[in-house]
Amino acid sequence: MSTTVDTDPARVFIVDDHALFRRGVRAELEGPGVSGVSVVGEAGSVGEAVAGIGHYRPDVVLLDVHMPDGGGAAVLARTRTEYPDVVFLALSVSDAAEDVISVIRAGARGYVTKTISGRDLADAVVRVKAGDPVFSPRLAGFVLDAFADRPGAAPPVDPEVDQLTRRERDVLRLLARGYAYKEIAAELVISIKTVETHVSSVLRKTQSSNRHELSRWATDRRLV
Amino acid sequence: MTQTDPGPAEAVTPAAGERRVQRYRRGAVVAGVAGGVAEHLDVPVLRVRIAFTVLCALGGAGVLAYGGLWVFCPLEPAGTEREVDDRDRLRGYGLVALGLALALVLSAVGDQISGWILGPLGVALVGAAVVWREADGGSGTGRGRTRVVSGRAGVLRAVLGAVLVAGGIAAFLLGSLDVGAVQFGLLAATATLVGVVVLTVPWWMRLVRELSAERRERIRSEERAEIAAHLHDSVLQTLALIQRHTEVAGDETAREVRRLARRQERELRDWLYQEAGDETPTPETTCFGAALRTAAGDVEDTFAVSVAPVIVGDAVFDVRTAALVAAAREAMTNAAKHAGVEEVSVYAEVEDGTVSVFVRDRGKGFEPDAVPTDRHGLADSIHARVERHGGTVRLRTAPGEGTEVGLTMPRTEQPSEVA
Repeated sequence: MSTTVDTDPARVFIVDDHALFRRGVRAELEGPGVSGVSVVGEAGSVGEAVAGIGHYRPDVVLLDVHMPDGGGAAVLARTRTEYPDVVFLALSVSDAAEDVISVIRAGARGYVTKTISGRDLADAVVRVKAGDPVFSPRLAGFVLDAFADRPGAAPPVDPEVDQLTRRERDVLRLLARGYAYKEIAAELVISIKTVETHVSSVLRKTQSSNRHELSRWATDRRLV
Repeated sequence: MTQTDPGPAEAVTPAAGERRVQRYRRGAVVAGVAGGVAEHLDVPVLRVRIAFTVLCALGGAGVLAYGGLWVFCPLEPAGTEREVDDRDRLRGYGLVALGLALALVLSAVGDQISGWILGPLGVALVGAAVVWREADGGSGTGRGRTRVVSGRAGVLRAVLGAVLVAGGIAAFLLGSLDVGAVQFGLLAATATLVGVVVLTVPWWMRLVRELSAERRERIRSEERAEIAAHLHDSVLQTLALIQRHTEVAGDETAREVRRLARRQERELRDWLYQEAGDETPTPETTCFGAALRTAAGDVEDTFAVSVAPVIVGDAVFDVRTAALVAAAREAMTNAAKHAGVEEVSVYAEVEDGTVSVFVRDRGKGFEPDAVPTDRHGLADSIHARVERHGGTVRLRTAPGEGTEVGLTMPRTEQPSEVA
């Protein structure tokens, strides 16, 4: 899906404490058949990442969730306010709700797992650079779960961010079923732009809502 | 002496070196201490009982030893089966009586120091024994921390024991002391305190045991989290790498390697993320989500494709959800076999009234009206399974468009959700 017209290739910075993995991602993103992405640098620790992001000012940072000295959340905490233009895409082997939700709440605009193919990864990079959140089916599932109206759940404090609209739910469901934005648009008979708006608003709610499940997932994280 | 309790021989086998003395729950005469000790030492229970009896004669040492073991040794786990030999038991009662009598007689004729065992304090001891016994019984039935004594008869016995203790202490104070009023008051207060402490020993012991069990559990879960973090950073990463690299190469070996890596990853992940304190992963027979995940894993293993289930909410595993899982498995198998793709998406959602499963691939797709017979059969088995239980099947496919099978099943009236 190359819906975005490539003007400049997205400048990517890779943060992962496994050198082998960085090399693999780099090779794939620079390999044949993948366009629109160029890797400008990489870092193997939180400190290096903060310095590197400041130096290179990349468009997109591919961020490992688990690192010895605080992980992706630490990098986000130390760079988000200083470089608001830099977009973060979390890349992790973890599928745990705590990991996914906590890094999204720390400010990442998307989450993909490390088994993603090179082409899909490049596609995701281009999309987050263009401002769209990247919701993997699993992330969509977690968010649906977190916003589910369970009997006995606490009433929403702020309906603006504590509840999803019906349409947002529909979009999330289709995302969880593995639909691409284009397919969702066709299914719900709305424009791709509208789908993007819904997903962005879901991302915003996921990041700022005080719903119990979300905060629990973000704080209960056993693996940092 | 030849006729021993059949328990020891078979029960002592597992890791005999590390065993702690566990008091008998069944076949106990007083508190199962002798039985536990006999099992631990691998000697006939009668010998242990005789030893205790002899010790009783030595200034009541047997009584003290018995009491100490009673307090400090846990009861064996509930449900331990053991044949109770009535003759053995009768002998046990006889020995208890004999031991007590010996203690009384020998201390009466012996020195003055052991005279305390006589009379009132003896009564108090018997009272304490009654209450402790009651507490043992209570610990077997309820897991609640506060339920130490259960049942009406139990309460009666406990009260009786308490009265015996109080009466014994009071009689001891009144009978053997000749002191001023102030001193008497002090002594009475102290004696009451002692009585309360003696009576509440089972409670205290239980509290201590529960605390240490909790501490152990916490240490274990911390350790596990640490191991998980390590595994996470090394093994899962490596497995992910293997999968990525084999994706580029397309031959049969690469496929097999990828399958193994995925399988290993899935198993490790299951282990890492199972709930803390949950020793075994949720059995697939009790909950819909786990069953669907297992089905997805099986298909993944069998056909070397990646099947990633996303499950929102969960429901109990009953006839309907079982049919749903079976149909979903069929749909996944179809997708894996015929679609010619590497990945199949599975999404399940449990809502108030319904459970839905969507199985989707981006593969070849097919013309629903012109399907080969074998596929038609499979579609039938999906349809038949689901519709028999009141569910619906929606099939959406076209050549080149991929396939999506949507299964919806009304939930059995059962609002309780498996968390």
